[in-house]
Amino acid sequence: MSEAVIGTSEAAIGNGAAGPDKRAAIEVRAVEKRFGNVGIIRDLNLSVAQGERHAIIGPNGAGKSTTFNLISGHIKPTSGEVRLNGDLISGLQPFEINRRGLSRSFQVTNVFARMSVWENVRCAVLWATGHRYAFWKNVDSLPEVRERTAQILDDIHLTHRRDVPAGLLTYAEQRELEIGITIASGATVVMLDEPTAGMSNAETERAVALIRRLTEGKTLVIVEHDMSVVFGLADRISVLVYGHIIASGTPQEIRRDPKVKEAYLGEEAH
Amino acid sequence: MTTAATSTPKMKAAAGGHVRFYGIWLIGIAALLVLPMIFSSGGSLTSFSLIGIAIIFALSYNILLGQTGLLSFGHAVHYGLGGFAACHMMNAVVSHGWPIPLPFIPLFGGLGGLVFAIIIGWVMTKRAGTVFAMISLGIGELVASSSLILRSVFGGEAGITTDRTALPKMLGWSFGPQIQVYYLIAFWLVLSAIAMYALTRTPLGRICNAVRDNPERVQFIGYDPHVVRYLAFCFAGFFAGIAGGLAAINFEIANSAYLGAIQSGLVLFSSFIGGVAYFFGPILGAILVTYLQLGLTNVTGVWQLYFGIIFIGIVMFAPGGIAGLLMMHRPLVRAGTLWTVIPSYLVAIVPTVALACGVILTIETVARYSSGDPINLFGIAFNPTSPVTWIAAAVLVVGGSFVARLTWRRIAEAWDRAATVARDRGYLA
Repeated sequence: MSEAVIGTSEAAIGNGAAGPDKRAAIEVRAVEKRFGNVGIIRDLNLSVAQGERHAIIGPNGAGKSTTFNLISGHIKPTSGEVRLNGDLISGLQPFEINRRGLSRSFQVTNVFARMSVWENVRCAVLWATGHRYAFWKNVDSLPEVRERTAQILDDIHLTHRRDVPAGLLTYAEQRELEIGITIASGATVVMLDEPTAGMSNAETERAVALIRRLTEGKTLVIVEHDMSVVFGLADRISVLVYGHIIASGTPQEIRRDPKVKEAYLGEEAH
Repeated sequence: MTTAATSTPKMKAAAGGHVRFYGIWLIGIAALLVLPMIFSSGGSLTSFSLIGIAIIFALSYNILLGQTGLLSFGHAVHYGLGGFAACHMMNAVVSHGWPIPLPFIPLFGGLGGLVFAIIIGWVMTKRAGTVFAMISLGIGELVASSSLILRSVFGGEAGITTDRTALPKMLGWSFGPQIQVYYLIAFWLVLSAIAMYALTRTPLGRICNAVRDNPERVQFIGYDPHVVRYLAFCFAGFFAGIAGGLAAINFEIANSAYLGAIQSGLVLFSSFIGGVAYFFGPILGAILVTYLQLGLTNVTGVWQLYFGIIFIGIVMFAPGGIAGLLMMHRPLVRAGTLWTVIPSYLVAIVPTVALACGVILTIETVARYSSGDPINLFGIAFNPTSPVTWIAAAVLVVGGSFVARLTWRRIAEAWDRAATVARDRGYLA
């Protein structure tokens, strides 16, 4: 408990640098999430600047995925507020948040299993291209939809698998498709939940290059366990322990931070 | 109904696909036109008319089950309300002398189904899965029992009767003879089938599939699955109403049986047996189920038992339905390995038919034991009280199943070999 209290002051200092900037891509302020009596997230403060690549790290069960769910609207905070580009989004439905330009992927592959790779990406393109619930247009004769889908398939190197049902792809391919669906809407804020989990070294390298290229000029929030990925990709890192951010800073600052070493990296290295 | 390919390197394949795609539809339309000329008896015309109505109904159901993943136990509500709407409209046209000829009446049936879907759908489609299934069951029972109570609208037990020939003539057709009604149904069948297929090719139609596969993820690509389900529900209600309107024209009556649980069960049954994963699946299912329903009732008193056995068999052994079984063979046809499987099919036919005969004989023996009515199985007469029949049934069931299982295993082996080759040649993922 005493550790957590110290953590609070640390986080406050860490976030103090960013401040309540109205133009921050994501601003999480004093968010709390309780399931019954259990507080999963306590006094969460997080600020991600425009165009920043921000990694959230922390031991298993720290609440990283819950943080993602809170920001993307999958679950609602018990208290506190979340802002996207300065607008309050906490309490909105996931699709409303998505329409405002925030897109996320999932830790467990979450694609449209019985639909082809092409259809998976195309579905993710449809809303952003303004076709919404249209039932009077032929989906195959929408040039901008076709071009954008083809472009994304090309980007994620799955053009040769376009007609394969997503459920039949290899694991690594499904992870790539997951990223493709996430970026397809052209969202300016992209959140990736452990995009390289379960991948081999070669696959991880490929995926990181892919993420770096596809999120060029966008704001990226990433949850990741692989430290080489985190320190290679992120501009800033936040460390989440027991539902609370104990430190937030550049990779160098995080490496040097004694609290982080104790609470997380130390544990990792035994 | 192949999905039209869209990329440039596949232009040639796409052109071939287009020819085949339109070819299938044209063959279907031609068959509808020609069928009554080949089978012109009154009985077959009635059967064709019923099958046409059943196809529209089953296709409308598949907008829910196959396309959007909504299992409804009350789809007949829209069918029935469409029927009542059509009957009331026909009577109103006659009594007010409105210049609306009969061919437009199914549209009012559709509107009847649609209006009810618009009113009730928003609450119903809030959740999918079991919640939706249970609510649909409840609404179905509610409307069915209301139809017996609200006599002014539903006519109580007797229902609402009408006279289709009293409406203004169109192109000199009175729609008295069944053949004219058949062509009216065929016309609406083609129109509805094209519209429902086109719906699957729209942005909404594609997102319906996405909602079916993964409603959670749909929320993170900008769509509200509730809205998607609601729109699908409204379309399904509209086309079910058209089917109900056609039924009202065909029978010149609408009553509570139209919107009851039996009707709802039949359409679920048809769609599932046909195969919900493909657009044409429910068409096959509706044809087969309607045909069996009309045919089996004349042959045996326990026809519902056979329905049940077929349904269980499909659910257990071919969850993709008839369409799924057929489409399984497509990669083999493309890879040119289908011929390696055919011989094992042929070998399996005899023991499988023997097993089926044994099962039929057993069922009929049990069903007719007390009455002693003779069983006529493919021209051979059996006495249900005679031990000879019992022994024959036992031999067929035991021997048939023993040999049949061996031949089925051979099919599986041949199939595996053919599929491996197809996979190597890149036709199977």
